[in-house]
Amino acid sequence: MTDAAQHPSAKHLKKRYAAEARFKMYGRLAITIALAFLVILLGRIVLQGYSTFTTNTVSLPVYLDPARIDRADLSGSNYDYLVSLAVLKALGETEDELGTMSEDASALISRDLGFQILDKVKADPGLIGKTITVTGPVKADADLYYKGEIKRSVAEGNRKLNDRQLTWLDRLKKSGRVHGGFNSAFFTHGDSTEPEQAGILGAAVGSAMMLLVTALIAIPVGVMAAIWLEEFAPKNGWTDLIEVNINNLAAVPSIVYGLLGLAVFINWLGAPRGSPLTGGIVLALMALPTMIIATRAALKAVPPSIRDGALAIGASRTQTVFHHVVPLARPGIMTGAILSLSHALGETAPLLMVGMVAFVPGIPSSFIGGATVLPVQVFIWENASERAFAERTAAGIMVLLAFMIVMNATAIILRRRYERRW
Amino acid sequence: MVVKVNMQTSAPTPVVGTHANQAPPAGEPAKITARDVNVYYGANHALKSVSLDIPGKSVTAFIGPSGCGKSTFLRCINRMNDTIPGCRVEGRIGLDGDDIYDPSIDPVSLRARVGMVFQKPNPFPKSIYDNVAYGPRIHGLETSKTGLDDLVEASLKRAGLWGEVHDRLKAPGTGLSGGQQQRLVIARAIAVNPEVILMDEPCSALDPIATARIEELIDDLASQFCIVIVTHSMAQAARVSQQTAFFHLGSLVETGPTGMIFTNPKDGRTQDYITGRTG
Amino acid sequence: MIFLIALAALLALSASAYQLARRRAVSSAGGRLAILHSLPGYHGTWVALWTGAPAALLLVLFLIFGARLEGAAIQAQTPPAVAKLDAQRQAVFYSDVQATAAGKARSAVSWDGELKTAFEAKTAEARNISTLGLVLAIGLAVVLALAGFLLAYPRLNKDFRARNRVEGWTDLLLVVCSAVAVLTTVAIVASVAWESFRFFQSVSPLDFWFGTDWSPQIAMREDQVAAKGAFGAVPLFAGTFLIMAIAMILAGPVGLFSAIYLSEYAGSAVRAWVKPLLEILAGVPTVVYGFFAALTVGPIFRSFFNWIGSFLVGGPLDGLGQYLAGVQNQMALTAGVVMGIMLIPFVSSLSDDIINAVPQSLRDGSLAMGATKSETITQVILPAALPGVVGAMMLAMSRAIGETMIVAMAAGLQAKLTANPLDTVTTVTVQIVTLLTGDQEFDSPKTLAAFGLGLTLFVVTLTLNIIALTIVRKYREQYD
Repeated sequence: MTDAAQHPSAKHLKKRYAAEARFKMYGRLAITIALAFLVILLGRIVLQGYSTFTTNTVSLPVYLDPARIDRADLSGSNYDYLVSLAVLKALGETEDELGTMSEDASALISRDLGFQILDKVKADPGLIGKTITVTGPVKADADLYYKGEIKRSVAEGNRKLNDRQLTWLDRLKKSGRVHGGFNSAFFTHGDSTEPEQAGILGAAVGSAMMLLVTALIAIPVGVMAAIWLEEFAPKNGWTDLIEVNINNLAAVPSIVYGLLGLAVFINWLGAPRGSPLTGGIVLALMALPTMIIATRAALKAVPPSIRDGALAIGASRTQTVFHHVVPLARPGIMTGAILSLSHALGETAPLLMVGMVAFVPGIPSSFIGGATVLPVQVFIWENASERAFAERTAAGIMVLLAFMIVMNATAIILRRRYERRW
Repeated sequence: MVVKVNMQTSAPTPVVGTHANQAPPAGEPAKITARDVNVYYGANHALKSVSLDIPGKSVTAFIGPSGCGKSTFLRCINRMNDTIPGCRVEGRIGLDGDDIYDPSIDPVSLRARVGMVFQKPNPFPKSIYDNVAYGPRIHGLETSKTGLDDLVEASLKRAGLWGEVHDRLKAPGTGLSGGQQQRLVIARAIAVNPEVILMDEPCSALDPIATARIEELIDDLASQFCIVIVTHSMAQAARVSQQTAFFHLGSLVETGPTGMIFTNPKDGRTQDYITGRTG
Repeated sequence: MIFLIALAALLALSASAYQLARRRAVSSAGGRLAILHSLPGYHGTWVALWTGAPAALLLVLFLIFGARLEGAAIQAQTPPAVAKLDAQRQAVFYSDVQATAAGKARSAVSWDGELKTAFEAKTAEARNISTLGLVLAIGLAVVLALAGFLLAYPRLNKDFRARNRVEGWTDLLLVVCSAVAVLTTVAIVASVAWESFRFFQSVSPLDFWFGTDWSPQIAMREDQVAAKGAFGAVPLFAGTFLIMAIAMILAGPVGLFSAIYLSEYAGSAVRAWVKPLLEILAGVPTVVYGFFAALTVGPIFRSFFNWIGSFLVGGPLDGLGQYLAGVQNQMALTAGVVMGIMLIPFVSSLSDDIINAVPQSLRDGSLAMGATKSETITQVILPAALPGVVGAMMLAMSRAIGETMIVAMAAGLQAKLTANPLDTVTTVTVQIVTLLTGDQEFDSPKTLAAFGLGLTLFVVTLTLNIIALTIVRKYREQYD
């Protein structure tokens, strides 16, 4: 355009548009980087963890040799050895004098089979001398071999299983005694030192118990504190100080709450170490500021006309707040509560301080007994050296994330469904 | 509004300024020619088939009740509507005969030719100097330090602000009073030497004294620029403009020399509005 | 268990008090409810509160502090045989006494000879004391409940302002709940400062904050000369700041540019997709980032640098090659980058709020001058938003400094004073975790050092937060 070209600004236009394009590209690049990280992070975890959800089980006919079972002390007998012998028998091998054959065989089969035999013999001692078939998981390393994660191509010295064991595993598989299937143990067991026996249920129950404590403390206290600050508190230096204090508390590193819990609750008040009760109290204190901030925001969103209307028909201030304002703010309060609980669910550091890192086998049943929670279970497994725990760590993370997604989705649905625009 | 009450009781009595109400020299081609301009915000048809000629080197006022489309039309002239998501403009607006919605026209350079002043003074959070130098810098109009100094001084002088701020050019522009801020914004617009200056209710956030100064300034600038002003105040339109266009419900109802619109409107709706019966 | 029964009994008592008071209120008005000042329910609630609340409070306090009181009572007189033991063994002795008395498992230590007699005597004493405590607590609770009822009940009549009284109780409850937030801060400061004070009695604060040698694993005893300086925390601060700096170099620009793109360029459809995705990234627990750092990012970085090193070994840059070939998973870069990823959504959402607070009129003003979008952003919006952005960055820095799990899982344990991102460093939070996890006795300087570190961490992050929040608040007020 001739006229456009005449204006002196036109001559720099090309350069300026190049700068514009460059700038916009930086923005796109930043978003791409952020989203790529998300994909890589989640993708890696799924890739590392999905194999946990399947496992290989083996069915073996085990001869309950009366010579090897002490009828007087059923619990003291070595059933694992019987299982090893059964493996050798199934493979057509015979035990050597040094016991290396059975040692190699026992490294392939989970001790779960031995415990199953013990239970059966205890229930019916008449089984001794007979042959029974037991079914149970293979050892974690054997499972990894079946899943292709331990490879024969690796030098023998660099893998957990030797060539003979790999050959045995191949033969077991070929004989049809090994079946792949859903790893129900992972969802029904507590932690264990044996990876194939370790499950997430203990930690999930621990998390649920701890969150219950957190919710019972943080929600009522947080809501009532917010109601006072928003609806009743006079505006003066003290309330300003409380306000600043709450905002800053929300940004205090979580580990400091752990130090507080250790010094005050455990050492001073003698609260039980590593219990859902203590962990829940510490997390409640941590969740309190966010809870208060969210509730205040929800209360603020209720228009003053509602308060005026209630006061004008003769309701007292307290009645106004509890009969009119709080019910209207309830969806916002609930959303805030779920979000702060979901945050508490993922919190780890303060729990390490109050002794929740201890190894807790089985499912926790008491609020004052030792327990572990999902994120701490992840931390514990990540530290374990066995390779099979790495995939369980990732699977544990998937379970943790699933819980968090459910909670956040609930919060989002609540917000969408009950959101009101005044 | 006080002005409205006056309008209601006495017949419109436009205050005649030095330039005001003198019809533009006949025969000069219009600076801006709009033909069949329609604007939609999503499904909302905000401006309906507006055709209008705006002469250069004079002041044209758009009047009309709130939501009548006058600001929308103003924003079409420098394509500020492009920045609103969901806004669609149809029709043709010519600037010196070139269609400004032609794909070959670049909105950035168009806006260098068509400046705009907003309702609320919006100086950037920078010094007075940097505010005025902003346009020349981004457009690369002046690169030497002294050249820029001169340009800033000249622009501030043309905006009538130099005397008040020459000793504190490094002070933040946001520290000025409302009226001074609005003149600073006008100086900022002048600094790139545009052909047209659009003003969207430039005095609605100002007190009467500051308003009077801006009106004087508009009067002075009318000899150099094509000025289009949207105003709520009919008295202001009467004081500063030579032409007036009356918008109602998204349509252009009537246009003509200001004196004629205010004394002898042809359309009943215009009559109702200027006598205060609607609006 | 007995407490639950006591509390249940109290609840039943309050419920009957409620009924009695209700009836009295109704009869005081002669059945005409309209002449009552307050509804009968308020009368009932008020009397029930006086009956139940003080007694319940007493029981709960006893539940929390009872064990401590009993412990103090048992330890009031220490038998001579026990007095001969050192402080630690005395503590074990008494905890065993209390555990045995309560019928719980005790430690494996066997108390023989005269200790055995003392143990048995003390256990019997402990049983007596805890029975006495329980009887006292419950008796006192009953007295309080009756006294409360007798005080409140006779005051009821038709003009009694029961509603106002009940609302007074509600107000009290609300104030107490608000006080919890304040008390939390007080408790944090007091506990962490107190334990730090105990730590500084054995290690000079100057040595701690300015010493450059950190090796707390060496047992510290008074006779050990070399122990001095083993608690120099400077390398920890240096490591913390190195990792924080790496994280901010990644998260600062990426987060800021994401926010700019989302708020200024992206269409609503893009925003609707990208924002929730970023929220997911923000919601991922830090332990997951730690796992990602330790098992994915660390090995990738290590093999990358080892690979580069393998080309340089033997060449003119042999030294560098050797170094690169030897870098480890736990290098500062690993933790820094992963922490940076964690902070991207944090920086982005804070910056997004800040940028959106810049008034639209400034954008319009700049665009109407013929500025391009990027010119508007870099020359008008960002300068206007600068204080807010600085505040947001400071908040992110404070998060990075206090972050624990990523560094605990992906950073090293060895304290080293270096600015090299490929070196292994340790951080304040890692050391706190290391010093305090596992079974350690609480009184050694080694565990107390964790509180010294915690205090420093708290003060630093609090300072950053206060400054940042003040800046951000001032910034918002400016455009409100």
